[in-house]
Amino acid sequence: MTDVKRVLVVDDDPDFLSQTEIMFSSRGYEVVTAPGRREAEEIFDSYTPDIAVIDLMMENDDDGFVLAYRLKKKFPDCTVIMVTNVTGETGIEFPGGNDSSGWINADAILSKPVRFEQIEEELKKIESR
Amino acid sequence: MAEEKRLSLLIVDDEEGMRMGVKRSLRHFSMETKDTGELVKLDVSEAASGEEAILLMKESSPDIVLLDNKMGGISGIDVLHWINENELDLMAIMITAYASIETAIAATKQGAYDFLPKPFTPAELKVSVRQAAAHLVALRQARELEREKRRVRFQFISVLAHELKAPLGAIEGYLYLLRDGIGMDDPDVHDRVVQRSLIRLGGMRKLIYDLLDLTRLESGQKKRELSDIDVLECARNSMETMKPDADRRGITISLESSSEKAVITADSGEIEIIFNNLISNAVKYNRDNGSVAVNVLDMPDQIRIAVTDTGIGMSEEEVEKLFGEFVRIRNAKTRNILGSGLGLSIMRKTASLYSGEVTVDSTPDAGSTFTVTLKKC
Repeated sequence: MTDVKRVLVVDDDPDFLSQTEIMFSSRGYEVVTAPGRREAEEIFDSYTPDIAVIDLMMENDDDGFVLAYRLKKKFPDCTVIMVTNVTGETGIEFPGGNDSSGWINADAILSKPVRFEQIEEELKKIESR
Repeated sequence: MAEEKRLSLLIVDDEEGMRMGVKRSLRHFSMETKDTGELVKLDVSEAASGEEAILLMKESSPDIVLLDNKMGGISGIDVLHWINENELDLMAIMITAYASIETAIAATKQGAYDFLPKPFTPAELKVSVRQAAAHLVALRQARELEREKRRVRFQFISVLAHELKAPLGAIEGYLYLLRDGIGMDDPDVHDRVVQRSLIRLGGMRKLIYDLLDLTRLESGQKKRELSDIDVLECARNSMETMKPDADRRGITISLESSSEKAVITADSGEIEIIFNNLISNAVKYNRDNGSVAVNVLDMPDQIRIAVTDTGIGMSEEEVEKLFGEFVRIRNAKTRNILGSGLGLSIMRKTASLYSGEVTVDSTPDAGSTFTVTLKKC
């Protein structure tokens, strides 16, 4: 394994995408971005991410779920962080951190707006597990 | 066939003959509501005393109650008082043999809807019940309408709040990057951060302007200045406004008309709102190097404006969804296009001031034609 960690960021919000990309790049990560599920799946045909940051609701409401599931299946070691605005939009509260029910295939779930420090903190927590 | 609505009526009287008479008179009662044309029929039940009536009403509230005042035990007025205290949603008609002014005043104070002095004929009974039923149905409809209006307004505000929050969040994120100098050693990153912030601010400003347009249209507060204007001139003004955006993406805008002029009595501001929305959408949802064709057809009784683009188009389902407020078609093709989701609502409301309408014809990946008709008078 190389020292540089590879990050895949998937979101249909171009501003979240570019902000997250700038943050990760400035911390020395190698970043690839995708604006949707399909594009992300094309990318991980030839790219093995160490970390994936995925928006839950994109073109379809469940794109994030599906993508997380496929990512974990293909790369079990990949850390998946799900970000979502779903609480703001629907009022549905998601369990913070790891989803104990296990039906979301993510290591952490964060509610938007997400600060980069939150992502870093989650990554640290997951690494120390 | 008209829908049937059943209202329940409770007759409260200690004379059995009276209860029987009322039941018989109302057995074949039916009426039609004024607005919805629903057929109203009655389910009649009875109570032999005020106490029994209250017991029955505790179970379920009738829609209309025929209430005798003078009974053994508690009086009709007492029952009316109980109804008020328990805030039952019903119409009460008082029946009484001794139609005294005092009883009338007391009953009216307690909210009785009507009075029926004994003895009354079946025809008089039916007239009174018919009025009470009509009033009740109208009242409930008005209440339902008010509830619906409140719901729509609430929904509008919460979507609006979301639409304003999204660009704020984005701009805030960029400002944090600038403040902390993250990624700023790369001038391209710096430029992108500033540029995107400006774009999102512009989108927010557009949303607020659209909202003001819409509010003005809906409140009817803006004074309309009607005069004979040339629609083609409005079209040219609007094309001029949109040209920089179109040029940037190599999109051409052309105007075609059936006549030299297309004159209509209108408020030029309103006509420009229509053109601005039509043309800016045709540019926004176009492909690079595409074209926008503005076509104005002057007919004796109306003017038809059609704007055709060579853009991404829409599926049938997307067209169906399109006409709601804040509705934006979300797919891979529209991902990077900003919009308030109010443009079409504004166009429609403006067109309706001219008894006109907005229609859409679209083919995915080929383009859309939006047509607006404006009646001349």
